[in-house]
Amino acid sequence: MSDYNFAYLDEQTKRMIRRAILKGLAIPGYQVPFASREMPMPYGWGTGGVQVSAAVLTPDDTFKVIDQGADDTTNAVSIRRFFQKTAGVAVTEATAEASVIQTRHRIPEQDLRSDQILVYQVPIPEPLRFLEPSEVETRKMHGLEEYGLMHVKLYEDISQHGDIATAYAYPVKVEGRYMMDPSPIPKFDNPKLEMAGIQLFGAGREQRIYALPPYTKVVSLDFEDYPFQPTKADHACDLCGSEVSYLDELIVDDQGGRMFMCSDTDYCATRRRQGHVGTQGLPHKEDAA
Amino acid sequence: MYVAVKGGERAIDNAHAWLAEERRGDKAVAELGVAQIREQLALAVNRVMAEGSLFDPDLAALAIKQARGDLIEAIFLIRAYRTTLPRFGGSTPIETEAMVCDRRVSATFKDAPGGQVLGPTFDYTHRLLDFKLAADGEVAPVQTGTPYEGATPHIMSFLDREDLIQREPEGADVPADLTRMPLELPASRALRLQSLTRGDEGFILGLAYSTQRGYARNHAFVAELRIGSVAVEMEIPELGFAIEIGEITATECETVNQFQGSKTQPPQFTRGYGLVFGMSERKAISMALVDRALRWKELGEDNLGAPAQDEEFVLYHSDNIQATGFLEHIKLPHYVDFQSELELIRKLRREAQVPKAAQAESAEASGGNLSGKMKEGAVT
Repeated sequence: MSDYNFAYLDEQTKRMIRRAILKGLAIPGYQVPFASREMPMPYGWGTGGVQVSAAVLTPDDTFKVIDQGADDTTNAVSIRRFFQKTAGVAVTEATAEASVIQTRHRIPEQDLRSDQILVYQVPIPEPLRFLEPSEVETRKMHGLEEYGLMHVKLYEDISQHGDIATAYAYPVKVEGRYMMDPSPIPKFDNPKLEMAGIQLFGAGREQRIYALPPYTKVVSLDFEDYPFQPTKADHACDLCGSEVSYLDELIVDDQGGRMFMCSDTDYCATRRRQGHVGTQGLPHKEDAA
Repeated sequence: MYVAVKGGERAIDNAHAWLAEERRGDKAVAELGVAQIREQLALAVNRVMAEGSLFDPDLAALAIKQARGDLIEAIFLIRAYRTTLPRFGGSTPIETEAMVCDRRVSATFKDAPGGQVLGPTFDYTHRLLDFKLAADGEVAPVQTGTPYEGATPHIMSFLDREDLIQREPEGADVPADLTRMPLELPASRALRLQSLTRGDEGFILGLAYSTQRGYARNHAFVAELRIGSVAVEMEIPELGFAIEIGEITATECETVNQFQGSKTQPPQFTRGYGLVFGMSERKAISMALVDRALRWKELGEDNLGAPAQDEEFVLYHSDNIQATGFLEHIKLPHYVDFQSELELIRKLRREAQVPKAAQAESAEASGGNLSGKMKEGAVT
């Protein structure tokens, strides 16, 4: 696709985005405004992540895209194709082989290395947004480190439901300073936010970029007597038998029958290739599931 | 074994092929040409140019064809294209005073230099379906005359001469560009107007209408509405002077609004302003009303808590490409998030049901176990 620059965006725009990324890395958890461009896919489809990926990709990179943990969902396929077409980069479904991974709503099960970059698609970057709709106000609150509102919300959850009623996009505090929305990953993934890889968060419609440098301290908010608990379905994967991976629940009949399988398709396939079999899984064959 | 739904490349390819087929429709019917859209669906083209922020009738017509007539989709196509174009620079401000008007009406003065020109308007058509059009769209020749060559000064300039209307300070030489800078609040009026002119027509119309119905009413009179072509000039550094680089059609609306004054300042009318690509007078009038409502602070009015006065509310929600994207994205997979909610609600229900029996016995004793001491250091 010679009509467009490498990875679609022009170099001026990439430079502007890289500056925002560097600023984000310098102030972990701080939301850096950036002049988000209209991308050839709709807002809400990952335009923030796509712009960040476009700004960090080099011709030597190997790119992986997951949506809900899976490489083969339609939007993951679409974004992967976009960069195949506009950047000509190598693509992979194997987490270990990718140098840049764009993700929507999951962190891969396999630990990332320091030479890998994880790019998140973020719908609403502001963790306080649903408590305070005004951006002017929430920016002030971040400036003053005024986060009482969130603690009150969590406390009210406990008094009303007996538990913190946030299951995804669970707020975290970064290096003891900024409160950050980790994007709508399940809270099961929150502990993995402290990792060796660089994590970049792009919110296109909301025009914000933020970042976590490697090994940044990321604490999920909680109370002493109500400690943070990452949770998953209380099952093993029916395909690969894993008891530690995050699971998708599938409805398999009209009698309430359920089955559970890893949301991380590469993790599941790798385990099956290694010979692990769940209760409903078949021994691995290429192209299974 | 159950095989989970695979989105798959094939599904996408097939969907695109089907979409193309649907776009073409019945092949027994002649294909719609881009020129036909440009010429015969000109108001749709105008809206796409205005909200797409790109004056190019041919491209807008192409976008409408590609989008199967979905104007928001067409606007999106134009925006995505526009953002890839290099920016050579800014034009000098267009001189709407020198506009060659196809239409020019004033609701405040019966006549003024330049006269009232009704122009090609729907205003006094009777909205009766013209069944003849279904068979034959040919039109009878229209009577022509010599064009008016004199000046058509802005109606506002007459009020200005009498000092009856609030003076507008000169703006910055080069206003900020909404499409190149992240929106930060409070926004300048120039930036607000940029946002309004590319904002969704329906949204701006609804907000303007709400001001008329009392949500921050600002008593607008349409001092002047003019539609026509204006020259666009640009200063070329190598030349050292401005040259004309093209011509655009635009709609401009100036409103005279409720006056204000104080002990030290005699009362003066205030202004609202709308300027839109193409012939888009509904949008231009709406824009002027919303512009005026947003100026409450600068004009020393009260914040009545009306949506049209709330700059953040208006600017963050007027863009239909952003709005439609975020709205429609909820049809994308959310398996993971929903799964986490499922687990949570099942857990909460389990906990709610188990202790109920146990709690019933020691009901009066405890007020719950919610001392909720914050874990110091963990979150501060």
